[in-house]
Amino acid sequence: MFGINQNCEIALPDTYYTLEDYQSNVPRWCPGCGDNSILTSVQRLCRDEQLPPEKTVFVSGIGCSSRFPHYMGTYGFHGLHGRALPIAQGVKIRRPDLDVFVNMGDGDCCSIGTAHWIHAVRYNMNLVALLHDNEIYGLTKMQVSPTSPQGLVTNTTPRGAFLKPIKPLSVTLGISNVSFVAQVAEWMPELMYDVLKMAYHHKGFSFVRVVQRCPHFTPHVFDNILSPDAALLLQHDDGLRSSDTMLKIYKSQEEHDPSNLNRARELAEREDCLPVGILYRNENVEVYDETRRRKRAVTHEMRKAALEKEFSKFLVEPVTGGNGHA
Amino acid sequence: MDKVETLEEVSSALTGEKKKIVLKEHIVEIVSDAGEGAQKAGQAFGAISARSGNGIWTVEIIPAEIQPPPRSKAGGSGNRIRVGSFYVTNAGDEADLVVAFNEQALLGRFESDNLKPNAIILLENKWREHADPEIKKLYRDTMEELKNTKLRIYEVPMERECLKIVDNAQRGKNMWALGMLCSVYSRDMEAARNEIRLTFAKKGEKVIKPNIDLLEAGYDWAEKNLDFKFEIPSAGITKPQIVVNGNQAIALGVVASGMDVCAMYPITPATSASHFLSEIFENVGGVVHQAEDEIAAAAFAVGASYAGKCAVTITSGPGMSLKTEVLGLASMAEIPLVIVDVQRGGPSTGLPTKVEQGDLLMSVFHTHGDAPKIVMAPATIEDCFYAPITARKIAETFRMPVYVLSDANLATGQQPFTKPEFKEEWVAPPFDQSPVPKGKAPYDWDEETGLSKRIIPGQPNGMHTVTGLAHSNMSKVAYEPKTNQDGCDSRSKKLAAFQKTLQTPKVYGKESGDVLLVGWGSTKGVIEEAVDAANEKGYAVSSLHLKYLQPMASGIKEILQNYKKVITIEINYSDDRKYQIFDENNRRYANLAWLLRARYLIDVDNWSNVYGQPMKPHSILDMLNEHFAK
Repeated sequence: MFGINQNCEIALPDTYYTLEDYQSNVPRWCPGCGDNSILTSVQRLCRDEQLPPEKTVFVSGIGCSSRFPHYMGTYGFHGLHGRALPIAQGVKIRRPDLDVFVNMGDGDCCSIGTAHWIHAVRYNMNLVALLHDNEIYGLTKMQVSPTSPQGLVTNTTPRGAFLKPIKPLSVTLGISNVSFVAQVAEWMPELMYDVLKMAYHHKGFSFVRVVQRCPHFTPHVFDNILSPDAALLLQHDDGLRSSDTMLKIYKSQEEHDPSNLNRARELAEREDCLPVGILYRNENVEVYDETRRRKRAVTHEMRKAALEKEFSKFLVEPVTGGNGHA
Repeated sequence: MDKVETLEEVSSALTGEKKKIVLKEHIVEIVSDAGEGAQKAGQAFGAISARSGNGIWTVEIIPAEIQPPPRSKAGGSGNRIRVGSFYVTNAGDEADLVVAFNEQALLGRFESDNLKPNAIILLENKWREHADPEIKKLYRDTMEELKNTKLRIYEVPMERECLKIVDNAQRGKNMWALGMLCSVYSRDMEAARNEIRLTFAKKGEKVIKPNIDLLEAGYDWAEKNLDFKFEIPSAGITKPQIVVNGNQAIALGVVASGMDVCAMYPITPATSASHFLSEIFENVGGVVHQAEDEIAAAAFAVGASYAGKCAVTITSGPGMSLKTEVLGLASMAEIPLVIVDVQRGGPSTGLPTKVEQGDLLMSVFHTHGDAPKIVMAPATIEDCFYAPITARKIAETFRMPVYVLSDANLATGQQPFTKPEFKEEWVAPPFDQSPVPKGKAPYDWDEETGLSKRIIPGQPNGMHTVTGLAHSNMSKVAYEPKTNQDGCDSRSKKLAAFQKTLQTPKVYGKESGDVLLVGWGSTKGVIEEAVDAANEKGYAVSSLHLKYLQPMASGIKEILQNYKKVITIEINYSDDRKYQIFDENNRRYANLAWLLRARYLIDVDNWSNVYGQPMKPHSILDMLNEHFAK
């Protein structure tokens, strides 16, 4: 009747997770902290993807941003300064069935844990890593960070930071096996959501730098890029297509093919603007946790057989009667 | 057959016509330049001896470099095999017989006091007529010098004899030397041929045939040209034995324990355990992850343990220093973890290939604040196999890091042990992934024992965030003073609960007396051999060996009190009282002595050194002689 299938049924999932299911403790971040915005986007992503909270793990390091797992309704591992990545890798190798996210601050990722960051890119494991980059050490009260702009006055550099900052995107894009690099700012929630969604669906290590204000210590550090005109919105059919609203606000745009590594590197080096969106994406990079995945479960019989096989290589059965002669 | 037991008697018996001398034991060394195959020959000789029912202990002689300069004193590579007509528990004293492929490697062993003064030397003599005048002169000068020693040197034309069979004597001289040893020690040649077939099984008949020919040629030459022959009767060992070194035993133990994630970073002398494990995992399934550094290796293992079954990380002392923060986290967050530390000489980079037991205090106390963990130490190669199985079980039951302290002695030492029979209970049952009752505390600490059941990702309703921050039983960050105290209490209770399960170790020897020697780790066999020798001399000496160092079993204080003096025997540093500056106000003790003094308030003394050498039974006896002479 009227073209309507009378047998239609709506398949409803048994459980529907709401935003509340992903919330836990009330965040203790400062009012206006960019971490709040990241938390909201991530919770929205979890809800929209209907990630079972018990099958989702957030692993973090140490610092303001690393309190993140405590505020999620999922499993979490608030680990050690700089060591979030290797812990997350261990979780993932043991449990490919889990969705594993990593939250790191700029101190975590770009200073004390730099070796792990470099190698995490190389391992290219199925993880989503968020670099909460506020360009300052916040929790320890305003010390210079490797990403702090040169000249920034901090408690350890009273006359201004001596060195030029490290460029997290350039570094990441310079490492072999890089497979997903994106950048967003926490004051662009819609774009952040879109980027996180792509990062989540990417097969391999998704590295997302989130430029994040620290209202307490570096409220003005991003002044030059806060204006919508300062952002360079990356658009592509193989990357992201933003909404009309976004395109109206962020007028400075570039058609950037995310498979173009050289152009991605050029964009990462830009200092006159903040390129946001997907810089690089390549699904054809080998994924370490898939390469190393055990093909089948090991039964007691298999374990026993393997041991027996090894034992047989080193077995010595004494010849009765002791010493013989030629 | 004359029965001769001391070397002095052997020497006198050697004069005159060739007799077969029956020995209780002999220590044989084969040394060459790296790559000349002395290690292979040594291993084969050990295996043939074990097949003949002898007790054996073999140790590798390893230069620090991969390809050290040839003909150098420090570059000697090879094997030391102690063969006995009894169950051999350690590498023993100095060598009785040495096969040396050049005189410099021989000098290296001689000058480092590894040979008996009147040891028999079978030395390659091609250098005497070497084309290079310098080499020729050096060889002849060395021979002149050695005439002033008591060494009994036989110059053997090894290469010349080998060239009768093969074109390149460099490859194959080792098997010729093996044949010579088979004659000297009256070995069953069929067993020797079988050993060669086994060694070269992968390479096929083309390689097996010439090697057997060389073996037989070496045998025949020795039969004709050497004026002595020994026999070491069987120790009566009849059960099938496994001959592996300590690192291989650890790898086998890891497989047997069901642990299937090992994260590591290369470090001497631990790495060969991971090599072997990687190989086995290719067959049985498992991951050896070579991480970017020691910290990452530990963190990777902790991540894997957190999400399910217990994982293992294998390292040595410098790696332990680096892993400290992660081990503190594992203790704090109550994540099971097995850490194997194959100890080497320290501090800092120290003596990478040499033995030391210097990591005990670090293992018990390292990390800031109070982070309880369990420390155990295998004493034999067999223990190395069972240690990971036990450690895994303890780690999961008590939600705690468990340290297994092996050392370079065990790592490269080989001692046959009865072939283990795999038991299913060695492997953890699959993790229960069922839903958790709502509101269940992730650290539901038992009031008495501090124990709680672990909740892992995947379990519905169990969601929580583990943290290295002080936390409540709900794993919530502590903002009240009492929370941290409660957490620390609960974690320490687990250690006490584990301690209640330990059995009092048994004394070796009489239950009271003048001196009790206390040891731990790889020195058990040496200490007990020294105790036997001391008792034969009429001293009232016993020994106690500790396998659990943290916590220690009950009843140890009572044992220590039964002796007039307690001395720990350790291969680690302690202040030597011969220096006047050391007195009771500043004296620093050996690792175990510190622990025993602190816990039992007994005036425990220590005898220790850091020469990086395996301890010799007679050196302990010398110390006791001195003690009783006072």
